[in-house]
Amino acid sequence: MLSRWRFPGRSLANALVHLPLALPPVVTGWLLLLVFGVRGPVGRLLLAWFGVRLAFTTAGASLACAVMVFPIMVRSIRFAIDGIDPGLEQAARTLGARWLDRLFTVTLPLAAPGILVGVVVAYVTCLGEFGAVITFAANIPGETQTLPLAIFSALQAPGGEATAARLSAVSIALALGGLLLSEWLGRRLNAAVGR
Amino acid sequence: MNFALALRHCFGAASLDVDFAVASPGVIALFGPSGAGKSSILAAAAGLLRPDRCRIALDGRVLADTEAGLWPPPERRRVGLVFQDSRLFPHMLVATNLRYGLRRAPPGRIGFDEVIDLLGIASLLGRRPHTLSGGERQRVAIGRALLAQPHLLLMDEPLASLDAARKAEILPYLARLPAALRLPVLYVTHSFDEVAQLADSLVLLDHGRVLAAGPLADIAARTDLPLARRDDAGGVLVCRVAGHEAARGLTRLTCGDAALLVPLLDAPPGAVARVRVPAREVILARPDFASFPDAISLHNILRGTVRAVAADAARGSAMVEIDLGGARLLSRITPDAVGRLGLAAGAPVLALVKSTSVDVLGRLDAGLPL
Repeated sequence: MLSRWRFPGRSLANALVHLPLALPPVVTGWLLLLVFGVRGPVGRLLLAWFGVRLAFTTAGASLACAVMVFPIMVRSIRFAIDGIDPGLEQAARTLGARWLDRLFTVTLPLAAPGILVGVVVAYVTCLGEFGAVITFAANIPGETQTLPLAIFSALQAPGGEATAARLSAVSIALALGGLLLSEWLGRRLNAAVGR
Repeated sequence: MNFALALRHCFGAASLDVDFAVASPGVIALFGPSGAGKSSILAAAAGLLRPDRCRIALDGRVLADTEAGLWPPPERRRVGLVFQDSRLFPHMLVATNLRYGLRRAPPGRIGFDEVIDLLGIASLLGRRPHTLSGGERQRVAIGRALLAQPHLLLMDEPLASLDAARKAEILPYLARLPAALRLPVLYVTHSFDEVAQLADSLVLLDHGRVLAAGPLADIAARTDLPLARRDDAGGVLVCRVAGHEAARGLTRLTCGDAALLVPLLDAPPGAVARVRVPAREVILARPDFASFPDAISLHNILRGTVRAVAADAARGSAMVEIDLGGARLLSRITPDAVGRLGLAAGAPVLALVKSTSVDVLGRLDAGLPL
């Protein structure tokens, strides 16, 4: 939507989507707490209607992660779609393809490499999320503890340097592996679509 | 049977206001300098541009008319469009590209095998677009557009991005499409060579206006159009091979009442041959001019009537249009010669054309209608 349509408030929508990238993560976490907390407007309804509690739960940690990496996803999908020659969609149009048809047969297949790379990068980033998670979902081992949170806890505890070092190594391996995987995937898929 | 298009549109300072009707089926060339409005007309015909007012009719059937509220979007218009840059889908095989439009169109009379055969692309079906040469890519793009069963085929400078060799490779395929598929083709180009080789009708555009529209042979021989100011001005004749004089190394062509001898052609009698006779190569003589056939190298002395004479001040010359009884020639001579021969509209005249000055363009297969 952001890449192909010009609509009123497009800049605002764009800014809102990218807000978590620019805001301090703690602020994002606190805003989530305000909205999705047990007494927040949405959190209250979720609890009353579905019995779902987000704040300070695993689901909450996931939500915080999702919100934080959403801009990364949007950016990668957008770049992927921007990179497609609009002439190809035009060609598909003159060949009788309506817009959903065009989306699934031309736009998405051609954007797939960029989208997949975005997913991998977002996943790796998610593993490293700290500020928003600790604020919204706290730091509960085995439930809402992300890697950096565990490292942080280990460092706080006396004699935890060894654990912290091990966890950091895992973190580095994951990040490096993820980035290499995304690079490799991108290259493979681009070759498949002939670029 | 005709194709009619009327269009009015404002682009800020520039405006487009055209209205023409030409014969169909056949290749209708839109020819003119950049900014003449050629591509906008094509975009409107495809439905990619919505002009202020536009009406398109084929054989009396209205395809689109903004006044009547009939403006189908491109995907429901059944109009094939071939782009300059081919625009094949890079993630699909050639065969999948070809079937893209076919699968989305109602069953029609243009068959897969027929198109493959006409365009000579059978060996490319299993390849990916990025492995094709420019000429091959363009042939696949034409096939893809045709298989969508269009009522009308639009081509936006399909050869402009190709080098001379690739153009020569693809022109014969293009030349036989409209006759084989009985389809009107709107062909945008700024190469008069392509017009001369392919077009049946010519719409001459400049600054968003139609300067002239009609059969190519008539327009090419007009003295009052910018075409006559070009270095390569000259008549285009659509001839038939009447017979060969193999012993003399000559082929006899007929066009209307005129007969032309040209160097021997490799084409069966009855085949269609397009020729171009450059205006600067045509000598004019008074009707009482008597030549001694054995004393001169000249083969073609054609009897005709002057239709129009126009001065070309920039070159210090005059252009004379001659009617040969159906066919038309254009001759560039000096104003002095015009005076000496007393040439004016209606005057009888002889046109002297060297056999080797006749450029034979693409030849069509025998038996196809003119």
